[in-house]
Amino acid sequence: MAGLTGRMSTVVKAKVSKLLDRAEDPAETLDYSYQKQVEQLQNVKKGIADVVTAKKRLQMQEATLKQSVVKLDTQARQAVSGGQEDLARTALERKNVAQTELQGLDTQVAELEDQQQKLTDSEQKLRAKIEAFRTKKEVIKAQYSAAEAQVKISEAATGVGEQMADVGLAMQRAVDKTENMKARADAVSELEAAGTFDDVTALGSGEDDIDRQLKQLSSQPAVDEELAKMKGEIEGPPTPGDAPPAAQISEQSQAPPPAESAPADAQPAEGGQA
Amino acid sequence: MIVRVSTEGQYELQDGALERLHELDNACQAAVDAGDGERFHACYERLLGLIRSEGSELQDDDLRGSDLTLPPPDITLEEAQSEFSAHGLIPD
Repeated sequence: MAGLTGRMSTVVKAKVSKLLDRAEDPAETLDYSYQKQVEQLQNVKKGIADVVTAKKRLQMQEATLKQSVVKLDTQARQAVSGGQEDLARTALERKNVAQTELQGLDTQVAELEDQQQKLTDSEQKLRAKIEAFRTKKEVIKAQYSAAEAQVKISEAATGVGEQMADVGLAMQRAVDKTENMKARADAVSELEAAGTFDDVTALGSGEDDIDRQLKQLSSQPAVDEELAKMKGEIEGPPTPGDAPPAAQISEQSQAPPPAESAPADAQPAEGGQA
Repeated sequence: MIVRVSTEGQYELQDGALERLHELDNACQAAVDAGDGERFHACYERLLGLIRSEGSELQDDDLRGSDLTLPPPDITLEEAQSEFSAHGLIPD
């Protein structure tokens, strides 16, 4: 059969026959196959453990990010109550980034779950086939001549060999996914290291480099909307045309507070290393 | 005949299903050649659907080899285009 299935079948058959060709006499084929099977089963176990480790790492990051979201939300509310709109905005921008990262992590954790399940299923199938092979080889040894045994063993070994190829493919796919996860996990770690999800009350009044980068990252309308909503909840209905005084915001009052009217996109993009 | 869906399992199919399998396979290949991911995925889903509905799954301890091996269900268009160049199968 040509087409997609034909090509895949050819690759698998070539792999399996290469595996079987290494042993010439029946006894050797049995030993070699069986040894390979057991090795493969151990590899699969290790593969599953790697996937679980990667998943746990992401889940720990998820937990941390969830805490950050709650904390930043609380801080934003406190800032609104205290009339510190700039601080509230900063907290909401950070919360926004944390939520975006959380969504990405959710998707990837689900993908890893899926890979883990496939690997576990594949491992069970391989284990069952190895067990069947072990039983069958005793029957073959007892009942057949050397020439017949060779054929029977090859047949049985092909069934296991195929499953080994399949498990190998499932593992490779899990490893590929895990690599992608690592990239995502590292990106979140970098954001954490840069202080993106830190306590906003620890900041001075001025805008720092992180804030400027966050403004590039976070979607401004979403932040504006949430800020307005929060203000509505805390202060009651907004008074029209009332721009909040910036005076309370700068605690140290060494530098004037950043001009609120300056649009974020008027500033040149900073590095953009998120 | 026995068909393996990679990373999923083996199915035993009546020969009558072979003709339709063959047609769908060619349609999938055409979509791959055209670089049309959406059409390819829809087509491949139908092909897998045919195997899953018409075939009966082999027992785990059945040692029979497969007549055909299909790519994994989550195959990407790029993977299909690269002809699975022995990627990730039994290590040498």
